[in-house]
Amino acid sequence: MTALDQITPGVAAPTLEVDLGGVRFPTPVLAASGCFNSGKEMANAMDLHRIGGVVTKSVTFRPTKGLPTPRMAETASGMLNAIGLQNPGIEEFLSKDGPWIETAGIPVIVSVAGRSVEEFSQVMIRIRELQSVVAIEANISCPNVERRNQVFACHPDMAAEVIGSVSRLSRVPVFAKLTADVTNIVEVAEACLRAGAHGLSLINTLLGMAIDVETFRPKLGAVTGGLSGPAIKPVAVRCIYQVAEAFPDAPIIGIGGVRTAEDAVELMLAGAWAVQVGTANFFDPDATTDVARGIGEFLARKGLSGPADLRGKAQRANGDPEPADHRA
Amino acid sequence: MIRAKCEVLSNRRAGVYYSLTLVAPDIAEQAKPGQFVEIAPPPGREFLLRRPFSIHQASRRGGWAGTLEVVFDVVGPGTRWLAQAQAHDVLDVIGPLGRPFQVPKELSTCLLVGGGYGAAPLYFMAEELRSANKSVHMIVGARDHERVFKPIEGKRLANSLTITTEDGSMGETGRVTDLLADVIARTGSQVVYACGPNPMLRAVAEHCLARSVPCQVAVEEMMACGLGVCWTCAVPLIALDGRGWWNVRACTEGPVFNGARVWWDRWLGPKSGEGPVAGSGEGFDAMPESQTVEAWPG
Repeated sequence: MTALDQITPGVAAPTLEVDLGGVRFPTPVLAASGCFNSGKEMANAMDLHRIGGVVTKSVTFRPTKGLPTPRMAETASGMLNAIGLQNPGIEEFLSKDGPWIETAGIPVIVSVAGRSVEEFSQVMIRIRELQSVVAIEANISCPNVERRNQVFACHPDMAAEVIGSVSRLSRVPVFAKLTADVTNIVEVAEACLRAGAHGLSLINTLLGMAIDVETFRPKLGAVTGGLSGPAIKPVAVRCIYQVAEAFPDAPIIGIGGVRTAEDAVELMLAGAWAVQVGTANFFDPDATTDVARGIGEFLARKGLSGPADLRGKAQRANGDPEPADHRA
Repeated sequence: MIRAKCEVLSNRRAGVYYSLTLVAPDIAEQAKPGQFVEIAPPPGREFLLRRPFSIHQASRRGGWAGTLEVVFDVVGPGTRWLAQAQAHDVLDVIGPLGRPFQVPKELSTCLLVGGGYGAAPLYFMAEELRSANKSVHMIVGARDHERVFKPIEGKRLANSLTITTEDGSMGETGRVTDLLADVIARTGSQVVYACGPNPMLRAVAEHCLARSVPCQVAVEEMMACGLGVCWTCAVPLIALDGRGWWNVRACTEGPVFNGARVWWDRWLGPKSGEGPVAGSGEGFDAMPESQTVEAWPG
């Protein structure tokens, strides 16, 4: 804080702490699900104690072996992945990652996934034994599932059913992670909030595909995969903006293409209360902490007192012209 | 695991390949044969991910102390950029990563089998084996003579060196696997280490499995992070009791695996002329993580 004091003499240094309706993080920059495991491996590569929080890799009830390789294809300013929710299942997660999560001393959000309401419920019942988890992120939008009807976030009714069940079984606030691959994300967000979601995580990867022109074959073993990285940031900004405009009081965690502090600020100006860094961790293990430090410098430069001062500031003011409604 | 800004000492052609030497004392100090480093492309490009390179040499002593050498072929935008790296450029490097080859405790005669630039880490391993008083034999193969990696170095390091090219432009004509049985018999090799294209590794591993020769392979798989968190570099590994399998990470549990435990058909698909893999295997129990580590024979 001394460094920031020097930047803005006489003005209280900005805080990086954020409060998402009772869920508090020391910085607004968390590690995104599937990009950090539970944090143990990354502790060798970066300073974990300066992170805002960690969202674990999604855990399912049964062990899940995942999809065949190639599971990754690099694309312009991004990458496609098709892992297929590989994880050891809730029992091994509790026995192996559980003790680490309980003693890590950082806020941990557990991401849960399933192929049915029952599978989500089974995970939720077991996850209750973890005492230090600060929130649940319900991954109802992973594109790499066996059938498209398992992407619950594509259907408001199904999303509501899963989120209702997860919320009833949870001891902590639930964030619904949504996909942009829908006609009307506001409608899905509304269904989740009505069903008991505390907040929303926006957005998951976008369903994409790449083809090797030499071999005429899809580059991914599973043919399609989820697109992530800086390439998808404008889609994330749009989704956050639309949902925040409709539900300004619902905590939103912005996800999609965050690599720099400016990227994070952009998502917050659209309406995010905090952000997650995903793909950038892969090539820059310090991304989460560097982005948080950069946000602090940005706030100081602008004379703002905290990340909440940025939230939704790009939302149009009363009297601005109505934008064309692409949601209809 | 160390992240360091490393100065390029040199970036030279080695046949059709590039040989990049970095000043990386901390990484070189820890590096073992079979391990790899991840080099980040500079910001401001449309390709973002680090590129993995297996370590060809790590000099801890002597005139080149504290340097690390990797060998690569230009195969895409990342390696095209790296080929342009010049002395005094500074690169963002993470390493050493992954599990190294294991030196046998008792067995004394070792065969190293390399294909293309995959032979690069085997020279590092040859030195390791020689300093452990093992006798070292090598087969180095490639498509043509320009792709036979450092044959003179092989001659210096190994008790015997067999070269093979598919077009017959250097050494014997054919593939390394055509010569494997003869070389194992002639040299009395008791353990095999292989690095090269995955189909070659599969052929070597299957040959060794059929003859009960212990074999370690250093594999390649599409890898986004190299740190163990992205789960893209999956390799299907059979449980120690043979009753289950699990996708493990080439970057963390590998890149060196016991060739007998890789489920090649599942990973690379059935060999041409064969039917599809029988059953998906999804009925197998998951393999506990403790089973992914094992003692190396000998």
